[in-house]
Amino acid sequence: MKVLVCISNVPDTTTKITFTDNNTQFNTNGVQFILNPYDEIALARAIELTENSGGSVTVINVGEATTEPTIRKALAIGAADAVRINAQPHDAWFVAYQIAQYIKANPFDLILTGRESIDYNGSKVAGMLGELLDIPSVSIIKKLDVDGDKATVEREIEGGKEVLTISFPFVAGATEGVAEPKIPNMRGIMSARTKPLTVVEPVEVKTNAEIISYETPAPRGQVKLVAPDDATKLIDLLHTEARVI
Amino acid sequence: MPVLIYTENAEGKFKKSTFEAVSYARAIADQTHTSLIAISIGDVSAEELNALAKYGAEKILNVSNAQLKNFVNQAYASIIAEAAKKQGADIVVLSNSFSGRGLAPRLGVKLDAGVVDGAVSLPDQTGGKFIVKKTAFSGKAFAMVEITSGNKVIALAPNSYKIVEAGKPVQVEEFSVETKASDFKAMLKEIVRSTDKVSLPDAEIVVSGGRGLKGPENWGMIEELADILGAATACSKPVSDAGWRPHSEHVGQTGIAVSPNLYIAIGISGAIQHLAGVSSSKVIVVINKDAEAPFFKVADYGIVGDAFEVVPKLIAAIKEHKTLA
Ligand SMILES: Cc1cc2nc3c(=O)[nH]c(=O)nc-3n(C[C@H](O)[C@H](O)[C@H](O)COP(=O)(O)OP(=O)(O)OC[C@H]3O[C@@H](n4cnc5c(N)ncnc54)[C@H](O)[C@@H]3O)c2cc1C
Ligand SMILES: Nc1ncnc2c1ncn2[C@@H]1O[C@H](COP(=O)(O)O)[C@@H](O)[C@H]1O
Repeated sequence: MKVLVCISNVPDTTTKITFTDNNTQFNTNGVQFILNPYDEIALARAIELTENSGGSVTVINVGEATTEPTIRKALAIGAADAVRINAQPHDAWFVAYQIAQYIKANPFDLILTGRESIDYNGSKVAGMLGELLDIPSVSIIKKLDVDGDKATVEREIEGGKEVLTISFPFVAGATEGVAEPKIPNMRGIMSARTKPLTVVEPVEVKTNAEIISYETPAPRGQVKLVAPDDATKLIDLLHTEARVI
Repeated sequence: MPVLIYTENAEGKFKKSTFEAVSYARAIADQTHTSLIAISIGDVSAEELNALAKYGAEKILNVSNAQLKNFVNQAYASIIAEAAKKQGADIVVLSNSFSGRGLAPRLGVKLDAGVVDGAVSLPDQTGGKFIVKKTAFSGKAFAMVEITSGNKVIALAPNSYKIVEAGKPVQVEEFSVETKASDFKAMLKEIVRSTDKVSLPDAEIVVSGGRGLKGPENWGMIEELADILGAATACSKPVSDAGWRPHSEHVGQTGIAVSPNLYIAIGISGAIQHLAGVSSSKVIVVINKDAEAPFFKVADYGIVGDAFEVVPKLIAAIKEHKTLA
């Protein structure tokens, strides 16, 4: 089975988010970038599946050369090879379009993404890829098992889950439950340096949407403290002042 | 050109987030003085359909087909896109629910439309532009997205738009479509529901517990508190990592992002990754025995105290409040 895992390069989860240029640019100054946590889960499952039933795992990223440490990390974790589409990832549509072009020329049985990227949180790449390739997509899966030419996935729904069977090829976005992220070992880190990383130039595509500025949430006022033995006072405040109960 | 709203149902019943999305779509239609058409797919009763009129839909396209009783991502996307084309609708609105997240990107591609997922405000159409605000960086910021294409798809974040009763006369039309076999490659085997509970992304009140609660055996009081408030339960990441609670309850940057009216954090320190997923809650209450816990800095109300003493008192106080009310 050939598996493609789409990986994104995102600000570390501890990053304090600030903007520059009159709130139009994300301030990357001093920001550490990491492999998107959900993509780590997708990658871990892809490796487990190919260990069990043969095949190989390729990772793909749409990004400029600065994303290579993240790509090397994915190779160290266990992907066999990597592709980087050499462009700034404007938005999910741009990313999905580039990756779909690559897949049309290089077919895969299974395409995994993360449930969302933790920067722009679109949950869009998986669905767009599915549509561009005219194959099924499941946006958020919490379990993925393969049995011959079919897979069983669990999809998250409000207050429960759905169990689906899907024939290959398809796209799915992984979240917790699919696998435990893998930590690269020494051998993986050494071999990652020599694993193939192909750089592909992007194709042109029109944009339909664009981020024009950012806002940071309004700060909250001073916290009102209530004495621990005065629970009634808190309930009173929530009822009469905050009006939430 | 009319606005099209996809009205998602769960087992034949529309959900609160659907009514929010209808109210929101109505407001968009009013901005441009156009009409609002709803599309419902699945097995929904006439009575339930008529209820949509209350929120401002003027026409309802009803697709009832045994094959489409349950959600089939590709087929639903094809039907909604076809309805948009047939009705000449240039704006498609839906809820950014789990299913909505599957539909919006496919609709964007089908309709060659810019997509805003997780919208939190009405579009700003000043000067002929179309700008929608959405959350970004897992709730640490907002992004203003300009849609430049003629067609537009907007998925509204749950709990971010107030339901408004508009009351228009409604007309229900059967809408039939030809489905293609290639849209049915993902088949539903089973739905597993934990029906007795309020679903976390939709909940108006969330009671959340962290590592300060020491172990899964202590969640009884969390559930009781949630129960009397009609709230959903949630937890911090280490709690679900340890298996004390299911992953589906984990909120934060790498879990579910919630924006309830009231978020009560009990025994949670308030790490930046946790705050990312809950900071758009309207009111935050923190109960922590450590006055220095970072969560107090972003809280509206707080109690510095031992959860094992405070929570039972809170439960008693709410019960008393309820008998008086
Ligand atoms: C990549 C990454 C992603 C992450 N994503 C998330 C995420 O999405 N969501 C998330 O929650 N975390 C996330 N984390 C983890 C996060 O950094 C914190 O470790 C976590 O939120 C801490 O959980 P906690 O507050 O329950 O536990 P702790 O930090 O251990 O805090 C426990 C709190 O309980 C209080 N306490 C103890 N006993 C009592 C008592 N008897 N009564 C009252 N209070 C008491 C303590 O004072 C303390 O403040 C992530 C971390 C990383 C590295
Ligand atoms: N620049 C990128 N390159 C490759 N894959 C990406 C990129 N951006 C996002 N993805 C994938 O798409 C998923 C969802 O991203 P998003 O739609 O932005 O929330 C991520 O978890 C990745 O798997």
